Amino acid sequence: MTTTPSQTVGPFFHIGCNKMMVSNLAGPNVSGTHITIEGLVLDGDKNPVPDAMIEIWQANSSGKYAHLEDEQDKLSAPEFRGFGRTATDQNGRFRFTTIKPGSVPGLEVSIQAPHLMISIFMRGLMKRLVSRMYFPGESTNTSDPVLNLVDPIRRETLIARAKENSPESLHWDVILQGKDETVFFDI
Amino acid sequence: MSAPIRYRRPLPGTQPEYLYPNYASSIKRAPTQPLVSMPHTLSEITGPQFTEEDFKGSGCDLTQQSSAEPLGERIIVSGNVLDENGRPVPHTLIEVWQANAAGRYLHDVDQHSAPLDPNFTGCGHTLTDAQGRYRFVTIKPGSYPWHNHHNAWRPAHIHFSVFGPAFAARLITQMYFPGDPLLSYDPLFNSIADKKSRDRLISVFDWDTTIPQTALGYRFDIVLRGREETPMEEPSGKRRKK
Repeated sequence: MTTTPSQTVGPFFHIGCNKMMVSNLAGPNVSGTHITIEGLVLDGDKNPVPDAMIEIWQANSSGKYAHLEDEQDKLSAPEFRGFGRTATDQNGRFRFTTIKPGSVPGLEVSIQAPHLMISIFMRGLMKRLVSRMYFPGESTNTSDPVLNLVDPIRRETLIARAKENSPESLHWDVILQGKDETVFFDI
Repeated sequence: MSAPIRYRRPLPGTQPEYLYPNYASSIKRAPTQPLVSMPHTLSEITGPQFTEEDFKGSGCDLTQQSSAEPLGERIIVSGNVLDENGRPVPHTLIEVWQANAAGRYLHDVDQHSAPLDPNFTGCGHTLTDAQGRYRFVTIKPGSYPWHNHHNAWRPAHIHFSVFGPAFAARLITQMYFPGDPLLSYDPLFNSIADKKSRDRLISVFDWDTTIPQTALGYRFDIVLRGREETPMEEPSGKRRKK
């Protein structure tokens, strides 16, 4: 049996997806470093994309996913699902508030650097784009098994920038085409 | 920790490509660099899970969201969510959205001259049951024009968003109706090269779920990616234990 093919989310996804918009993933009681992530989605002409939907999937601050298949002996966070979703505004901007995830296991014995899993949907995309957002200045980035699959000159597109004097305010853009094109993964 | 049992990769032609020039919006939005292929880790084989408590009230009857019923042909859309191995996908969130019977969305961006229906939002959601089944009551959406090319019309469709058991299994798609003459002209439907896969997007008229004097039934089964049956080979050629 083959999978049902993907089709574009189209320009009207807000109708069906607004009920589960979650731009703030972590309430004040969720433990961890609280962060904001802001960014832009830009098309091949560097025009902002005003009709993109971005979803996040992430581990909690101890590096555990709220999912049955995560059997790690780590602290769970009942108030933290790890799911975020927002739509870009008229100017192609998006914003999330969440907590920085802990490290999760990689393949074999490796450990993955803290990262957010990202799905990007929009009119014009017949199927989602998958990316990852990593954190700046993280020593484990250099040994991350997924970052190491990426051409070193393109790796930077996966690492957020911290605003000056404010390490909790991160900026990460999604560039769909061109020289600075964000790295997208085939999973 | 052992390597996770990965989700299968789609067979060639069974999923659309990113760049499909007949779909004009893909030209400036499809990635131009090759995607980076990667194995599955704990991050890909887990994913968000939802329960009824996440929603206020039921969302599976789109004809009962107002004091009066919407205009149009009442239909029942039901089916199973399963994986490629034929296993049901229970308790997973399905979100739907659609145009009204006249082919108009309740959305600021939709400037089609067809009328809005004050009794129809076109928005629904449900969770599959323990056997992976779902059911919506709605009205048959109308076809509508769009600007992709000269005299472009979308065949009637309902958008489906399904989360499934893992990040890797996430799917957003569109369900079409059997016998729709617009299907052969639609670049979105025809973006899937493999005919058998393409036809999976067309619901089947279903006497069994049709309710006499009330509503016609359409069946739409959704197949998500399934797991490989065995763990991945280690580089040495030895198999890992499960």
